[in-house]
Amino acid sequence: MLDELYNELIKDHGNHPRNCRLMQDATAQAPGYNRTCGDSLMLFLKVEDGIIKDASFVGKGCQIFTASASLMTERLKGKTTEDAEKLFEEFHDVLTSDAPMGPELGKLAALGGVRNFPMRVKCATLAWHTMMNALTEKQDPATTE
Amino acid sequence: MSSLSSQVSATFDVEKIREDFPVLKQTIHGKPLVYLDSAATAQKPYSVIDAIRRFHEVDCANIHRGVHELSQRSTASYEETRTKTRKFLNARTKAELIFVRGTTEAVNLVSSSWGRKNVKAGDEIVISAMEHHSNIVPWQMLCEETGATLRVIPMNERGELILEEYEKLLNPRTKMVAFCHVSNALGTINPAKQMIEMAHKVGALTLVDGAQAAPHMKIDVQALDADFYAFSGHKVFGPTGIGILYGKAKLLNAMPPYQGGGDMIRTVTFEKTTYNELPYKFEAGTPNIAGGIGLGAALDYACKLGLDKIAAYEHELLVYGTEALSQIPGLKLIGTAREKAAVLSFVIEGLHPHDIGTVLDQQGIAVRTGHHCAQPVMDFFNLPATTRASLACYNTCAEIDALVKGIRKAQEVLT
Repeated sequence: MLDELYNELIKDHGNHPRNCRLMQDATAQAPGYNRTCGDSLMLFLKVEDGIIKDASFVGKGCQIFTASASLMTERLKGKTTEDAEKLFEEFHDVLTSDAPMGPELGKLAALGGVRNFPMRVKCATLAWHTMMNALTEKQDPATTE
Repeated sequence: MSSLSSQVSATFDVEKIREDFPVLKQTIHGKPLVYLDSAATAQKPYSVIDAIRRFHEVDCANIHRGVHELSQRSTASYEETRTKTRKFLNARTKAELIFVRGTTEAVNLVSSSWGRKNVKAGDEIVISAMEHHSNIVPWQMLCEETGATLRVIPMNERGELILEEYEKLLNPRTKMVAFCHVSNALGTINPAKQMIEMAHKVGALTLVDGAQAAPHMKIDVQALDADFYAFSGHKVFGPTGIGILYGKAKLLNAMPPYQGGGDMIRTVTFEKTTYNELPYKFEAGTPNIAGGIGLGAALDYACKLGLDKIAAYEHELLVYGTEALSQIPGLKLIGTAREKAAVLSFVIEGLHPHDIGTVLDQQGIAVRTGHHCAQPVMDFFNLPATTRASLACYNTCAEIDALVKGIRKAQEVLT
């Protein structure tokens, strides 16, 4: 079970996150913070004509949180905002229910092991809730606690 | 690593003690439970579980009222805990011991009742850099309300309070010095007697948060000359939801009640209420009777083992654990005070405490990860969180070996 949770892809993205940078020309950004565990991030999106041209984050937290933020930003680029919202729903369902992992999840399926660790779902979903807040221009920091 | 070989461990039969704690006899994820989270809450021996069960099965009735047999029995065994607590803390009289929900409520009682009456704008409250949030926030609230100022005793890199700086903070405006006897996040044992003496020199009162001290060392409030001393039942093998506030009788007598209600009154008319005598003046409403009775059994248990013996045995565990963890490459202990209780807080280069905690849990090892309700301590060390193994008298060197093995496994799995 541990190997499924901390698989090679998660370790790679958790220890060497992609898109981990500030974005000067972001069109939307939002903070996320889990108070009790301390995971925190600022998420940046560059949206043009309803399409996410660029996504990045800066933050600190555990490997699950970091890998999820990394994989998410990688995946979001080129997606429409509607697609991003749909992806959020699918991803969220996979982690919080027995919903089957469809092929549309792609590399995100690497995070599927998290559902055997209910205490860690909040880590894997923080960046995603933050992304939703950025898209809807919510001011309060996102939290999954 | 070999097991302990000293005289202490020879006379302290930990295997026999472990038999008293049913929770320890289980497996977690197929591995024997290694419970290293006693600073969060201690496990309960059969005697405590039985006392609570007996109350509900045989003696259950409300206390301090009614002449029937059950009420007399429940009152007697609840009040018996006050007698036991008097001995446990070496208080002068039972009247100085107030039942509360826990240390948090004890601090709030003092900050509300004593604080509102005695603290005014321009006064100063001193706390320390290593306080639990429960000994920070109530004083902050009091300062906000009264216009008083909160001052903080700094600490050094080892996690020891800097007494020279403490001395400089003290002045005639200092009304209260509130600090922990033992730090929950670092394990530091503070020089309480000396700190109280220094506070008294400028006329300030003292409140000692004894939540982490009570299960691990002998406490003597008279020798300390503490004005207030608080501890929680659940950290000393008792149930949750019950704790004790000790206060000097003359201080408690001069304080207004904390909450109004039944039991804390002498007479009530719509024109005027007169209050009950100590300690009942501070105990409004039906209390946690089962909890109080369970606490009595818990104090009996701790005293039967002997607090001095517990302290000596745990110190050996600490020395063993410190040495064992220090061998792990990349591991840094947070909190290396020269006077320390059996708390091993640490970080490992490149690994996040929550990932370590998950890997350890899969091996049956229960540790605490996070900021330990002491965010200012984490800020001081510039860390978001640590992993904390906190030991009790039922832990063994073999369990520390399991922790070391678990940490090595975490390093393997996570990198």
